[in-house]
Amino acid sequence: MSEISAEQVAHLANLARIALTEEEIEHLTTELGQIMQAVEKVSEVATPDVVPTSHPIPLHNPLREDVPTDVLSVEQALSGAPEHDGTRFVVSAILGEEQ
Amino acid sequence: MARAALMDFDEALERFEPVIGLEVHVELNTRTKMFSSAPNPANDEFHGAEPNTLVAPVDMGLPGSLPAVNATAVRYSISLGLALGCGIAPSSRFARKNYFYPDLGKNYQISQYDEPIAFEGSVEVELENGRTFEVAIERAHMEEDAGKLTHVGSTGRIHGAEYSLVDYNRAGVPLVEIVTKPIVGAGADAPALARAYVATIRDIVLSLGISEARMERGNLRCDANVSLRPKGQEKFGTRTETKNVNSMRSVERAVRYEIQRQAAILADGGTITQETRHWHEDTGTTSPGRPKSDADDYRYFPEPDLLPVEPDPAVIEELRAALPEPPAARRRRLKAEWGFTDLEFQDVANGGLLNEVAATVDAGASPAAARKWWTGELTRIANAQGADPAGLAEPAHVAELAALVDEGILTDRLARQVLEGVVAGEGSPREIVDARGLAVVSDDGALISAIDEALAAQPDVLAKIRDGKVQAAGAVIGAVMKAMQGKADAARVRELVLERAAADS
Amino acid sequence: MSDLIRLNAADLAAKLASGEVSSVEATKAHLDRIAAVDGAVHAFLHVNAEALETAADVDRRRAAGEELGPLAGVPIAVKDVLVTKGMPSTSGSRILEGWIPPYDATPVRKVREAGMVPLGKTNMDEFAMGSSTEHSAYGPTHNPWDLDRIPGGSGGGSAAAVAAFEAPLALGSDTGGSIRQPAHVTGTVGTKPTYGGVSRYGSIALASSLDQVGPVSRTVLDAALLHDVIAGHDPHDQTSIPDAWPSMADAVRRADVSGLRIGVVKELDSDGFQAGVRQRFHESLELLAANGAEIVEVSAPNFEYAIAAYYLILPAEASSNLAKFDSVRFGLRVVPEGGGTVEEVMAATREAGFGPEVKRRIILGTYALSAGYYDAYYGSAQKVRTLVQQDFDAAFAQVDVLATPTAPTTAFKLGEKLDDPLSMYLNDVATIPANLAGVPGISVPTGLAPEDGLPVGIQFLAPAREDARLYNVGGALEAILVDRWGGPLLSQAPDLSTHELMATEEGVV
Repeated sequence: MSEISAEQVAHLANLARIALTEEEIEHLTTELGQIMQAVEKVSEVATPDVVPTSHPIPLHNPLREDVPTDVLSVEQALSGAPEHDGTRFVVSAILGEEQ
Repeated sequence: MARAALMDFDEALERFEPVIGLEVHVELNTRTKMFSSAPNPANDEFHGAEPNTLVAPVDMGLPGSLPAVNATAVRYSISLGLALGCGIAPSSRFARKNYFYPDLGKNYQISQYDEPIAFEGSVEVELENGRTFEVAIERAHMEEDAGKLTHVGSTGRIHGAEYSLVDYNRAGVPLVEIVTKPIVGAGADAPALARAYVATIRDIVLSLGISEARMERGNLRCDANVSLRPKGQEKFGTRTETKNVNSMRSVERAVRYEIQRQAAILADGGTITQETRHWHEDTGTTSPGRPKSDADDYRYFPEPDLLPVEPDPAVIEELRAALPEPPAARRRRLKAEWGFTDLEFQDVANGGLLNEVAATVDAGASPAAARKWWTGELTRIANAQGADPAGLAEPAHVAELAALVDEGILTDRLARQVLEGVVAGEGSPREIVDARGLAVVSDDGALISAIDEALAAQPDVLAKIRDGKVQAAGAVIGAVMKAMQGKADAARVRELVLERAAADS
Repeated sequence: MSDLIRLNAADLAAKLASGEVSSVEATKAHLDRIAAVDGAVHAFLHVNAEALETAADVDRRRAAGEELGPLAGVPIAVKDVLVTKGMPSTSGSRILEGWIPPYDATPVRKVREAGMVPLGKTNMDEFAMGSSTEHSAYGPTHNPWDLDRIPGGSGGGSAAAVAAFEAPLALGSDTGGSIRQPAHVTGTVGTKPTYGGVSRYGSIALASSLDQVGPVSRTVLDAALLHDVIAGHDPHDQTSIPDAWPSMADAVRRADVSGLRIGVVKELDSDGFQAGVRQRFHESLELLAANGAEIVEVSAPNFEYAIAAYYLILPAEASSNLAKFDSVRFGLRVVPEGGGTVEEVMAATREAGFGPEVKRRIILGTYALSAGYYDAYYGSAQKVRTLVQQDFDAAFAQVDVLATPTAPTTAFKLGEKLDDPLSMYLNDVATIPANLAGVPGISVPTGLAPEDGLPVGIQFLAPAREDARLYNVGGALEAILVDRWGGPLLSQAPDLSTHELMATEEGVV
């Protein structure tokens, strides 16, 4: 299971939207293989009868009341933007389609 | 792009059986968003706000921000699930759907994946032709909407755009996605069923009051899955998913188009590509989006920022008890109560005017009068304006108008003028009658003096009447009506003219 | 150097309350200290230009007779993982360079409301990924005990700031030991509260189900006082615990270990730990026993799997949490040569903006969540989490608190483990189980390892919601040790004034 190919790493980088260099892919392929081999240890005890825990402290909190409160001003919303037109964020042309 | 070959619809249905599946997204009209307390633009109160003015940190994925589930959105979702006949999960969970897109502030969508809040239901759907179907619901789950992209460039479409603008006002709007099980057996009615199903969902959410349900605003959106299988074959064919079909009429057209397109390919020995397709309203066609691929690896996992949703069973029962009557049952009841023929009832229902007629009847009008005004004059005005007749006038005003006619204060013709004033927002019918002085002149003295004037101008008329040519009275009646600016009862004028002829002889 | 900077927060607060010292004086003393030594230590990424103004405001309010909180006027350093309105917040990453958030993290808001004075933002491993602060995009922080050594991580900046007397208190965050391990290697105190005890709102998420904000200080009482300020339910964080909390400061003031049952986790008392670390650990246990505590050996067989589970859960959640850094709404934008589509801009930005450890973990996490591997990796790791919780449950059925050495070794040399991620990951062996189970933990200094003269700490762990027990046992041990040492451990730390001089001469400051 821990055999990871450079193609796989390149695919993962694409899913994660990181333009890794060839050297990085090569380096990560080796490292990921080693790390995965170490972490696969979990399968030794993760038997079907064990219930997974996704939240460490079980809680039952009240949900949020439907009352408008938090809202940023448009200046605040745009304040960190690399590019905007005064009301909206500007991005370069999109290759893919809407989901 | 070459235009796809289409098979004749009837021929396609002779050779293939269509299987459809529908995914409807409903934007809830809560006051705040699904996961933030920013105002919700899918609520009429906040609709039309300037870009990026309805945004809290989590809606634009600011570092450090966290989602917080809206209690009302959960209640609405439970009500909708119950109205769809679904079971409500004692514990359901949010999950992250991971994909990069600039309209998605966090680059993941918080949705529900393996544990939806509502599951396994069914809805009775009545077609325009009166046929009814039970549509099985697989699930209804809560999620958040994405922001809005505007593509700027030569075409205004995504391809060929030079850059795009992003507005996160819509990001985080509460959505319920309702997914049907595959619908088999509709045959040639499949396109009409798809339309009627969406109309039924619209009726349900409107009766619950949980969505503004305006398709033109995207409050209600439909993705239509269509596949064909050769008649007699058990296994489903490969399906396509046509995205974001945003009117009732388009839903029907898109399903019909896909049936014809796929039939042509299959009959030609070709295969259907499993893909997303886009509906083009202008050409009435669909075109391929990207094929399904491993880029669709959404890496779902339970949303660690949120706890499971565990509604109080007592609240569920409270919401169940408060459910409105299901649309199909309500239709049957109203039709019986109103005493309409099948055709009369379909005229109302297909015009989307059930609620308006019912409210008008509740306000005191007779069912016949309510039907007449809504499907007649109001629909005519709406068509002329390119608007929806529902919402053109207050049902109470229509009822008042009908009462004025019944009381003899207005003739039909005057009533139509008053109605135009109502639509133009001039006030209630009585106010308009007063303001414009439109009431029927019932004072015989005023009518007689007008008749005298008309007779003086056309002295031969009385003689003709006495000769038995009663239709000659028409010329005088017309002149009197003109002189009274239409505010006279033509029948009374005629009576008076005939009386006069008899008296003078 | 000014005596004001050597005061504990509690003592400084008393002088502020009595009017003997003003907040402006205290703040100025710390700013001067930062100016003098931070060139050598590099604990701060940003110094708050408005600190003196804030201090003056607190002084005015005090003079006007306003009712102020117990820590009002006390300066505090803030880990750069917490967003601060008006102050840059980078989480140690190039991708957020210069970003000024439009809102305050809840713990920061509470600190401000308590009248405390934020001095600035402290250095950290990029997005809190690391155990040495070497993964900061802005260069490493140096351990005040030995400037060639790491100050721990990811919160090395907060620990070093406190150890170097640049701040009496700091805020940290702990995902797998990022508060406790730096405390261990710098001779300071650090607490990871119960998961949900402190709001995560405004803490730039690493792994949402593991992250917890907590106090960093020089004494147990100071940590408790700060804990009392930041704890409590926050409607913005639906995973935060709604319960009311007892006063942690009271727990320290009433510290008493007589009859307390302390469990020693057998699996974390092994040859894998440096001799001096174990020696100080056992001395501390003996001292506690001599003061009435009962020492019991307990077993936690599944702790062995904790690191493996952690290095699946953390990268998985991080890969999703860090997706928001895409050049659209904030932070860096890198456009590939000749332009590109938004997808290409995003990929180029993330390539340039993230450091190697962040990329490594994002790729790892993407893999662990991808279709076909979820059950084997993420799903299995979540099961190990259940098993670790069961071990804690079994142990806490026998004892009141658990004790372990906080980390396997004293501070290692900068650069020593940088190219060996797996060996770096092993640093967290004793601290990770608490994050997986959500239970609270504290690290308290126990002395110097005889072989290298560097500080070591002991970790106490308590059941969820029982954070007060940590302050009880930690406070008791600290009192015994300080008494034996004849003063705080940090008084044995090298005087940084030589560096002060050097730095000044070289013009580093």
